[in-house]
Order: sequence, then structure tokens, then C-alpha cells
Amino acid sequence: MAQRIDVKDLNVYYGSFKAVEDVSMSIEPRTVTAFIGPSGCGKSTFLRTLNRMHEVIAGGRVEGTVALNGRDLYSKDIDPVAVRRTVGMVFQRPNPFPTMSIFDNVAAGLRLNGVKTKAVLAEAVERSLKGANLWNEVKDRLDKPGAGLSGGQQQRLCIARAIAVEPQVLLMDEPCSALDPISTLAIEDLIDEIKQQYTIVIVTHNMQQAARVSDRTAFFNLAATGKPGRLIEMGDTAKIFSNPTEKATEDYISGRFG
Amino acid sequence: MSTVTSSTEPSAVPSVGGGLSGLSRGRSVTNSIMTVVVYAAFLLALVPLAWILWTVLSRGYGLLMDQNWWLTSQRGITPRRVGGGAYHAILGTLVQAAVCALIAVPIAVFTAIYLVEYGRGKLARAVSFMVDILTGIPSIVAALFIYAVWVTTFGFQRVGFAVSLALVMLMIPVVVRSTEEMLKLVPNELREASYALGVPKWKTIARIVIPTALSGIITGVLLGLARVMGETAPLLILGPYSASINTSLVDGPMAALPTMIKDNFGQALQPATDRLWASALTLILLVLLLNGAGRVVARFSAVR
Repeated sequence: MAQRIDVKDLNVYYGSFKAVEDVSMSIEPRTVTAFIGPSGCGKSTFLRTLNRMHEVIAGGRVEGTVALNGRDLYSKDIDPVAVRRTVGMVFQRPNPFPTMSIFDNVAAGLRLNGVKTKAVLAEAVERSLKGANLWNEVKDRLDKPGAGLSGGQQQRLCIARAIAVEPQVLLMDEPCSALDPISTLAIEDLIDEIKQQYTIVIVTHNMQQAARVSDRTAFFNLAATGKPGRLIEMGDTAKIFSNPTEKATEDYISGRFG
Repeated sequence: MSTVTSSTEPSAVPSVGGGLSGLSRGRSVTNSIMTVVVYAAFLLALVPLAWILWTVLSRGYGLLMDQNWWLTSQRGITPRRVGGGAYHAILGTLVQAAVCALIAVPIAVFTAIYLVEYGRGKLARAVSFMVDILTGIPSIVAALFIYAVWVTTFGFQRVGFAVSLALVMLMIPVVVRSTEEMLKLVPNELREASYALGVPKWKTIARIVIPTALSGIITGVLLGLARVMGETAPLLILGPYSASINTSLVDGPMAALPTMIKDNFGQALQPATDRLWASALTLILLVLLLNGAGRVVARFSAVR
């Protein structure tokens, strides 16, 4: 189910502005990879290129290749919509669909992709909510609006919604930055559980979080404001946090940055 | 801070973040004056509204109590005679407005969807500019335009459908603008969440964006409808009055409430004058009803 991602010589542009330059990396299946780095270094932008979400913003385009199990996501015969079905995403702020109940929120991805059989939907909703550690909290009120949950529950609902369509890879863009520490802990435990089945990439500003949840860490940086972001160093999380190769990584991690 | 709080004397000049002092005289006077001004302005604005409502209500409600008012037409009733009803005019107004909405709403909603979801660059700017121009077109100009097309160019009669067409021109910009505002209020995060599930753009708009904005869109449509129902210029140019019931939009003159009011105006005979006020009250009630419906829809389908 989980698949590997190989990025080669990737440049990301918004119009004529080069946001990310020359990134090559491999993301292993069934691992958690964390992207860290200062604001504006392009880690979120880079994350969005992994499921072609950056194209939603006008002028977004890339050079280079992103291969999912050897298939280039950017080759001409690939439909970006199909890419996003394979590579799911969880966003910074919880964004359940406000018109829908808890059940409908989780079922949305399947329904909008044409699944109509009630039994299949009910089974997928239960499995996804259990997978997102939310089932026990909401099983008695599946028909209540999803927006009525607490922030942490909403974010887990969004994770359930994302895994309901059974993606190969799950991208998470600062999934805990709008949550309190207890909800953050719940999400981190969840990440630890679901990494058995998915390839997970997480962007975070929280260094402790990166150290806690990830197996591998990539550090992004930019030379100056207005310059494109670059991948500085990538390696096993333990090594990046204890004995990084690059001086810039060490400075950033130890707080001596800037 | 601790040294300041120990002094009981309120300081003459209140310092920022310093000691506490009572509300200064100058400020309490200004506050009273402004309160009076604000309330006076509000009451002043209320005077004409209350006046109109009272006048129309007190002079018009008598006839509305009679069920014949709602069930019969003015066929064969001279200004001198008491009796008859407004059924023909109510029917005409409702049918013309309904057909107008049927044509205008799809065009306007799709235009708004284009402007918010797809429109980039020159074409979108041009469309938006055209909608602005359409907003500013006086209703009589819209009516004359339809007259030039419908009557002069195609040689058709002045019928109810022509009135509806003129109303379409007036309703489209109102609904485009209100729908546009509602679609813009839908947070981008919802669109992204949908895209990230592998949902195509058109489906995202149809199943996520429109339902989220639906109550606002419906409210805008109902308010736009309420607005065009009272339009008189298109009726004067395109919709000659008839005292009889006519259910056809394409054959013969069709009555409407504004033209019924005008027909009874200047007759200097009590039965006609009574009918004038009663039809004015009927029109106001219809518009109020639509406004109320708009609010109810907004309340009950609002996104929680």
C-alpha cells in the first residue's frame, strides 16, 4: 500500500518566482519523514508539489521529476486529480466540510469519486474513524455536523477523511499548529500508528515534534529573503538532531539561527 | 505600579497605564451628545418608513379583508363602481417575476461561478466590468432595449414575456454580485480539502462550494426578485394593463400590480382610490413576503 517517492532536481515556481531550488530526495515507504526549517524556506511549497496541490495556486509549476514507485507524477499522461487520490493531504487548520455531518465528511472523498453503495461507505467510515482514533468519541453522533467537534477532533476527522480514500502517501502540512498539547499528542500517537500502512510526510515548526514522530528529517533553508529555498540536509532523525553534517542545520536545531 | 496604587488621590491627568481615575466630565458630555445624535438620526430615518407603512396600511387594508380581492379581477368594473379584485394583477406580477427568475438565476449564478472560480485575466475583468455597467442601467433603458429587440426588430406584441426579459436584465447584475460575494466567503481551505481527496474542480464547485454558499445565494435571489417585482418602467413600456385575467405570457396584455396602481391613479373617484391603496399594499406585502422568505431560508439552511 505504502509507496516510495523519489524526487530529482526539482525546481518549484510561482509565476516567475522560484520558490524552491534543486531538491533531490528519497522518501521511504512506511516511514515518517519530517520537513523542518524557518518560515518561507519552501518546505510547505515542496510538500504540495508531492501531490500537485501547488498547481491550484495560479502560476504554480515545477521542473524536474517526482516519482511515485517509479512513475513520474508530472509526466503528460498523468491526471493531477488521480495523483491527489493517491497522495492524500491534511492541512494546517482543520477544515471539515461545514455542510456535512461527521459521517458525510469521512465519506465525502468516496462519494465524490462515485461510490454509492451504503454498506461500502459505512464500512469505510467506521474503518477510517477507528484508524484516526476518533470512532469511540463520535460513534453515537455520526449524523451531527462535523464542524461541531473540538479542534483536535476536527483535525482527526480530517485525517479520517484523508485515509478513507486509501491513499498511498499522506502529506501533513503542520497538522498540529492550531491544536493544544493534548490534541497534538493524540495526533502524534495517531501518526505513529498509521505509519505501518502509509508513507507519511509531515511539515512542522516544532522541532520536538519532528524528533518525536519522524524516522527521517529534512532541513530546508533559504540564503536570504526572496531567494529560493533549498534542501540543506536530510538523514535519520537521530543523526540530524544529534550530529548534523551541516553547520546551518546545527545552528537551526540548537536555536542559534540568524 | 505598587507605588501608584497606594495613592488614593486620583490624578488630574490620567496617564497611560498609570493610576485609575473617574470618567472625565468632557468625555461623559461627549458621550451623551453622541448618543442623542445617533438615536435622533435613527428616528429621523424611521419617520418616512413608518409614515408610508401607516398610510398604505390604513387606506388599503379594507379591501384586502374581502376575499374577492384575492379571487377576482377588475373585468367590467368601472372606476365608479365598487368591487372586483386584484387577482389578475397579482397573478401577472408573480408569473412575470417567476419567469424572470427562471431565466436570470442560471445565467447570473453561472456568471458568478465563472468570476470567482475560473475567471483570470482580461476576460474576467471585462465580464466584471459589464456586470457593473448592467447594475447602473436605469430600468427604463432596459425596457427600451427589450422594446427595440422584441417589438421593433422581431415584430412581436407587447406581452408579459417581454416584461420578464426586461426584468432579467435588471435582476442578473443583482444576483451576480450577491452570489459572487457568497462564493468568495467560502474558505479556500474547503476547496483545497476537496482537491486533496482527488475530487475534480467542477465537482468541488458543485458539491462543496455551492452547498456551502447556498443559503446566501438563495437569499440574494429572493432579494433580487423582491426588487424587480416592484419595477414599473418595463411594464409601462412593454406590459399594457388589462383589467381581465390573462395567464398567457405570449398572448395579449397582462396586468401587474404596478400598472394596476397606475390605472387607478388620478381617477378622483373613491372606489378607484381605494383600489389604488389596496393594490399598493398588496405589492408591499408580496415584497415583504419574499424578503421574509429570504431571511427564513438564510436562517434555516445557514452553515453551522
